Amino acid sequence: MSAIELCNISKRWGDSFAVTDVSFKVEQGTFAVLLGPSGCGKSTTLRMISGLEDVSEGKLLIGDTDMTTARPAQRNLSMVFQSYALFPHLNVKENILFGLKVRKIPIAEQEQRLARVAELVGLAELLLRKPAQLSGGQRQRVALARAFIAENPICLMDEPLSNLDAKLRHDMRIEIRALQQRLKMTVVYVTHDQAEAMSMADKVILIKKGQIEQEGTPDELYNKPATTFAAAFIGTPPMNLLDITKMGTLPPLLAEPTSSAILGIRPENIRIVDAGGIPARLISADYLGADTVITARIGTQELQVRTPGRVSVPEPYNARLQWQKEDVHLFDPSSGKRNDTIKATDF
Amino acid sequence: MIRRPSQSHIHGWLLLMPAAVFLIAFTYYPTIATLAKSFFSQGNAIKPSRFVGLENYEYLLTDEVFWKVVGNNIIYAATTIPISIGLAMVMALWVNGKLPFKSLARMSYFTPTILPMIAVANIWLFFYTPDIGLIDQVAGVFGISGHNWLGDPDTVLGCIIIITIWKEAGFFMIFYLAALQTLSPELEEAAKLEGAGRWYYFRRVIFPLLMPTTLFVLINAIINSFKLVDQLFILTKGGPDNSSSLLLYYIYEVAFSFLDQAYASTLTVVLLIALAVIAISQFVFLDKKVHYQ
Repeated sequence: MSAIELCNISKRWGDSFAVTDVSFKVEQGTFAVLLGPSGCGKSTTLRMISGLEDVSEGKLLIGDTDMTTARPAQRNLSMVFQSYALFPHLNVKENILFGLKVRKIPIAEQEQRLARVAELVGLAELLLRKPAQLSGGQRQRVALARAFIAENPICLMDEPLSNLDAKLRHDMRIEIRALQQRLKMTVVYVTHDQAEAMSMADKVILIKKGQIEQEGTPDELYNKPATTFAAAFIGTPPMNLLDITKMGTLPPLLAEPTSSAILGIRPENIRIVDAGGIPARLISADYLGADTVITARIGTQELQVRTPGRVSVPEPYNARLQWQKEDVHLFDPSSGKRNDTIKATDF
Repeated sequence: MIRRPSQSHIHGWLLLMPAAVFLIAFTYYPTIATLAKSFFSQGNAIKPSRFVGLENYEYLLTDEVFWKVVGNNIIYAATTIPISIGLAMVMALWVNGKLPFKSLARMSYFTPTILPMIAVANIWLFFYTPDIGLIDQVAGVFGISGHNWLGDPDTVLGCIIIITIWKEAGFFMIFYLAALQTLSPELEEAAKLEGAGRWYYFRRVIFPLLMPTTLFVLINAIINSFKLVDQLFILTKGGPDNSSSLLLYYIYEVAFSFLDQAYASTLTVVLLIALAVIAISQFVFLDKKVHYQ
């Protein structure tokens, strides 16, 4: 039994589709991330799961029950909003207890659950403060507490960390993931930040223009991108996608001669070598501390090379680059789809 | 350049001067002069004005018209204020939602506000006119005989109250609408997910968040209930038998029809005291209940 299952779901606004024919399953107790650029329909998909948005076509199952047209409150799920959606006139305690009061849970049980949840997210000291008196991270915790106290099996999160600074975002990422595992919740999490998706998810659903581009574990998305879009979306910096016809005269890069292909190679898999490899021109360097990202050019194709330590490129110079055939991904230039029938070769 | 403190003090006072001059000349001086005048008798060619102490106030206590007018004003305030505020809130909630012809609805609610009270009174005069007015014509269709709405002491105040509500509700609605639009739609969605119904959401979230607006509107409504008397000039002139007269209109009559400025000053002082008490009590009692963002 899947916790959530979407069957051919579409969302239409007039004539334009925000989400087209999306199907996926989220298993009980897993952390699923809907990943994609802004406006790709990931939030709309989440809102359809929550019931805040109507489903135009298709079927939605929650715990094997058809919930396509059920009211949001009947779906037994909680949601954390991007803006946190805290009630500004209520203090932390009242905000957290809002849902329990709506459902008229006995006071004793409210107090008991409140104590547990406040402890869980570290808010016990702040229960009487108003949201305006809290920092961004603390507000985020209130929003999480409000979602957890309902003890619903499913929690939806709509870019919950996008309003936090980088350091805090990193901490919260770890914390949310730990809480999800501890409470064995099913989480559907929307983000446009691939690093967030990679570090938190059991399963990533990559969405582009309202359609699923690839679905899989973070590992699969990183190591076996199904399309050039997936290849370019995952990784910092993303995979280099080189048109082999525009790389100038080089030793053969592919096992058998092919007229055209897109060659994908991750910046971290390219080495700068003294001899062998292929000639390239190093243009500039971006020092990141632990490593340096160098922008280079082969023929007319620009690519990025990630190399450990500090390398400075005060002005462009020629160098040689090398990679291994196992690290090469090949894509069809017209469809952008992965093509495993052609093989790369060492040079 | 370092300035000596005295120099910057002079600059400060010079900058405050224009505003201070006007404030003193047109607000503080008249207020104090009115207070002073209320302790003197009205002078005329034969009898000059003289200090009479609290004599004017003693007269006020026995003045039946004054008590009648105060009673009218209390009824007027007690009905126009809550009804127009309630109506404004309902209208704002309605036109803030998903609604076809939303702009048209908003505009038509707001139109009474931009009309001058004199024009409004003229429109309603057409409604209230006995036999040929709109109300009586419509009533006539159902076989109800005509009624002199504005000429009957029992109905005249009600008629004035309806006009005021009609004019004020649209104005207050604009403030509520502005406040409602600052509320994040995510709040409603969060409440919906928790299973809160519309009424529960209104009671626990919207209403408390509108409190600052309600306080502002309430103060305006109270001030208006003492201030807005233009319609009386057109419709009733306070009659019949003072049954539609309000405190400010009575002050006007005493000052400019009966030419008793000393007594008018006394009435004015009473009005000012009443307004001051209301204002202070609002800040003392209501401020604690209002959540400001």
